[in-house]
Amino acid sequence: MNKLNKLKPVFLLKSAEKIIDKENTKDILWSILRGLIIIGISYIILYPLLTKISSSLMAERDLFDHTVRWIPRSLNLENYRLVFRAMDYPRAIYNTLRTAVLVTVIQLISCSLIGYGFARFDFRGNKFLFALVIFTLVVPPQMIMIPLYLNFRFFDLFGILPEGGLNLLGTYWPFIFLSLTGMGMRNGLFIYIFRQFFKGMPVELEEAAYVDGAGPITTFIKIMVPGALPAFLVVFLFSFVWQWNDNFYIHMFLPYQHNLPTALSTVANDVSTLLGERNIQMTGGRIALTNNTGMLFYIAPLLLLYSFTQRYFIESVQRTGIVG
Amino acid sequence: MNFFKKHLSLKSKRNMIGYFFVLPFVIGFLLFFLVPFIQAIVFSLNEIEMTGEGYQLIYQGFGNYEYVIYTHPRFNQLFVETVIETLIDIPLIIIFSFFAAILLNQKFRGRFLARTIFFLPVIMGAGIILSMEAEDYMAEIMATQIGEEAQTGLILGVDQLSDLLIEFNLPVVLIDYLMDSVDQIAEVIRSSGVQIIVFLAGLQSISPSLYEVAIAEGATPWEKFWKITFPMLTPILLTNVVYTIIDSFVANDLVDLIRDSAVGAGGYGISSAMSMIYLLFIAVLLIIIVGLISRGVYYHE
Repeated sequence: MNKLNKLKPVFLLKSAEKIIDKENTKDILWSILRGLIIIGISYIILYPLLTKISSSLMAERDLFDHTVRWIPRSLNLENYRLVFRAMDYPRAIYNTLRTAVLVTVIQLISCSLIGYGFARFDFRGNKFLFALVIFTLVVPPQMIMIPLYLNFRFFDLFGILPEGGLNLLGTYWPFIFLSLTGMGMRNGLFIYIFRQFFKGMPVELEEAAYVDGAGPITTFIKIMVPGALPAFLVVFLFSFVWQWNDNFYIHMFLPYQHNLPTALSTVANDVSTLLGERNIQMTGGRIALTNNTGMLFYIAPLLLLYSFTQRYFIESVQRTGIVG
Repeated sequence: MNFFKKHLSLKSKRNMIGYFFVLPFVIGFLLFFLVPFIQAIVFSLNEIEMTGEGYQLIYQGFGNYEYVIYTHPRFNQLFVETVIETLIDIPLIIIFSFFAAILLNQKFRGRFLARTIFFLPVIMGAGIILSMEAEDYMAEIMATQIGEEAQTGLILGVDQLSDLLIEFNLPVVLIDYLMDSVDQIAEVIRSSGVQIIVFLAGLQSISPSLYEVAIAEGATPWEKFWKITFPMLTPILLTNVVYTIIDSFVANDLVDLIRDSAVGAGGYGISSAMSMIYLLFIAVLLIIIVGLISRGVYYHE
């Protein structure tokens, strides 16, 4: 190395240093710019959440006070108390959680099995059936909503059950049937994710299991499931969050249940009733505060879940390669 | 020879097990997708009357379609509005999420936190929350405050920006598009969560050896982007465009109208007819866009 340095003319070394310097300033400029962009975007993303948190703590007069932007004059927990009571929060959360867990667990099992079937078995019609999976993803569920609704309202298994059929609305059966058969909300996407992931896993372990005499189900449970944990985590989070946020299927299949979507959609009315008992008028400002507090209550469990799982979620996303 | 035969049959026997795995999907597709799909077409040609033990169909021909297109007070207007808004949003979402994924793929301090925040919209931006936010009074109050600040010169307002652009003699169509984009920017960012994830996963899957070779050959970052990153991401671009189209057409005012007319006056027949018109439009749009993009898609291997 020393020898080389001695051999090199000095001016060449200098210009090399200059280039490195230039690169450095460019890098620094870029990181500052990047930092600004990321902070700006983060602000836009967090903005609705921050307004919800800050407004949930506001009293009504803070809304129209121009000196108050983010931090209310005095800490006011009345919104929380009112909304908690009006939404009947524990019962609403229990019902929503029950649906979400049920749907998520079933979908994880059914979609992973279906995805495995598409990924590893070269049966006749594999490509065609998989194209149908994508097709179900493309058709918005609203398109087949009415027939689906009627089929579950007068569920006769297409003529097998006695006349009139059963009314399955108001029960969990529609959710169970749809999830079991990979027809639930965006299940096509989950099947797709599992298929991609299983395709990317090495075949050797599986073959060894088969040679050892394990059946396909045993192989799936013992070999594939542990290897595909990232895919399971990503699908779990998607499925749970989307079911939690769903009000379309919930309205259709469980119209009379008290759950978070129904509680949230009527929260302003319910708070108004509560206030009416105390002879307080409901105003536009109060409606806004109530709705924002309600929304915060609605997403709080999700935020909690996300804060626990995001580390694994982000790592998993990288390894899932949800890509074509 | 004998061995070979046996091996083959064993393999095809094993492949038959695949049917067992995908059987739930086949059943579900037939019962809960294909049958309702055909029924929806039938319904759109009929009037549905609820009776005690079921429902009755009264054949209408294309009456429902004619009603929806010529007589319905809101359908046409809402349809055009929805389509235009969506068509503006789609390229913005794709470009933004592409850009965001590239940013998040770089190494910098706080990258983990940034990713956490960027993925947050996946959790918040759906269903009932989104529809309530649209009519939120709170947001309006905040917006007027920001508007006032803009007038006093604290923030460069949208109006000033538009004046500025007019002074540059840019075509009005472009300015309108840009202005709409600025209005939409928050919405675009908040509906890009899944797309960012998909692009990021795609970036991670590009083999580093490609870049190593490029660097050895003396490629600039600019060249690396256009010669490696972009072409390698085109298949994912297609996936993302399709996802975005579906996503933005699944939840909007028009879909709400379709749902409401099923429950309210007009009934199932009208609502089904609306669905069919809408679905036909989405299908045609998807075919055109996928057709255009897939020409430019580059498949490695």
